[in-house]
Amino acid sequence: MAHQIHRLVVALGLALTLGLFAPQAMAQVNPTAESVTEEALFDALGSGGNVTGRISIPDAHAGQLIAPENRVWAAMQGDTLHTISIWAVIGMIALLTLFYLVRGKIRIDGGMSGRKILRFNAIERFAHWTLASTFIILALSGLNIIIGRTVLLPMIGEGAFGTLSAWGKIAHNFLAWPFMVALVMIVVLWVIHNIPNKVDLEWMKQGGGLLKKGVHPPAKKFNAGQKIIFWSVVLGGAALSFTGVMLLFPNEVATFADWQFYQTIHALTAAALSAIIIAHIYIGSVGMEGAFDAMGSGEVDENWAKEHHSLWVEEVKGETGSKARPHPAE
Amino acid sequence: MARLKFLCDADRCIECNACVTACKNEHEVPWGINRRRVVTINDGLPGERSVSMACMHCTDAPCASVCPVDCFYTTDDAVVLHNKDTCIGCGYCSYACPFGAPQYPQTANFGTRGKMDKCTYCSGGPEPDMSEVEYIKYGSNRLAEGKLPLCAEMCSTKSLLAGDGDIIAEIYRERVVTRGYGSGAWGWRTAYGETVTV
Repeated sequence: MAHQIHRLVVALGLALTLGLFAPQAMAQVNPTAESVTEEALFDALGSGGNVTGRISIPDAHAGQLIAPENRVWAAMQGDTLHTISIWAVIGMIALLTLFYLVRGKIRIDGGMSGRKILRFNAIERFAHWTLASTFIILALSGLNIIIGRTVLLPMIGEGAFGTLSAWGKIAHNFLAWPFMVALVMIVVLWVIHNIPNKVDLEWMKQGGGLLKKGVHPPAKKFNAGQKIIFWSVVLGGAALSFTGVMLLFPNEVATFADWQFYQTIHALTAAALSAIIIAHIYIGSVGMEGAFDAMGSGEVDENWAKEHHSLWVEEVKGETGSKARPHPAE
Repeated sequence: MARLKFLCDADRCIECNACVTACKNEHEVPWGINRRRVVTINDGLPGERSVSMACMHCTDAPCASVCPVDCFYTTDDAVVLHNKDTCIGCGYCSYACPFGAPQYPQTANFGTRGKMDKCTYCSGGPEPDMSEVEYIKYGSNRLAEGKLPLCAEMCSTKSLLAGDGDIIAEIYRERVVTRGYGSGAWGWRTAYGETVTV
């Protein structure tokens, strides 16, 4: 259908051109001078116009003869996306370093209590770490596609870089699938805890207590900051998954313009999500005392939980008081 | 040094596809891959023209600027070649190419792209000239034998011209002046930023 429309446009453009140039053509020596010229055809097609025709081989894509606009994407890819990706990563690392120097590691004000509360069960941790480990490899192999040529290639040489990138591509294509499965898992497991509510407003107003010592706004299982991470991962991950699948099966999308569009969205989303995840990794490891245990052993210290997720602790305690978890005799 | 180019005189092309066949045969190009193709514009309408198209070996080639692994290089004769050992088959060059030149055998996971293949201007790749390994990866190296690309050499109507840009432009210009019309050097504006003016 699109093909037919395109041909119609070409035909109309041609008719127009012939109409305009007919007197001149007639004046020339040879009557076959009524030919389409490349210049007139491009004028008729307007900006962004591609010259398309009929082709006798089965590959319909090959019917596109000249697409000058592809050069525009090429310039953007080689320049703009490259710069954005580098700054997204370096910018976030610089910002976190500055934060660490100013604020330092966020300690548990009350110290370790020694009592543990189960925060994430085995299924939740499995989903998280599948998502995390695949994301890291996907992000690194993806980043290599954008900036490896300027950063890594001069360092390790063409042979090693070629081999590494080839393995990176294979890893990227295969690990995309467990990433998508884990993404669905975390949505199913956590979406109920991540619906924004009034508590989040108060948490945001107090800056999550990140900036000042001793400030601990109340929060349920996930505070507003974690909800932002959650929705960034879910929406960003969905966008990456969709555009990625489209790029993985190039014959499913019809045109060069589609590929260029999906690639651009994929790269921009990846740059943004990588920056967000770097911040997430920081606060979950060196940035905050006791935070890693939540995803490490799954059990957090009670004092940490009271400071960062006070409402959740109350919920859990209430629950354990009435039913479920067996307690030793007191 | 010459600046090698292709020029298809569309007013002479009869869409016999012999250039396509010759290319496939010369380089033993596998099924599903066409380094050269013939596209017919305004098929069946007044002003129908056929254009034989392959890699145009662009000035400031967009494929080279987007390649994540920097596998493209330009020879002293301005032919754009690539290294299949470095290529990872990501497909970016095919998104960037205005002429649909890059081709991919479906050999990677999920039946997606393998290493890219395209017109080499019959001049092989980075391997030693006329070596067996070069032939297997890129096809024959006619340029090293002192010959021009086969597609142009055997074109029955001499529509497809290959050689130094200035020389083939002059041949085309003479033709246009003599016969009184010409549909233009297809793709030149896009590939080289300039066209043949008559």
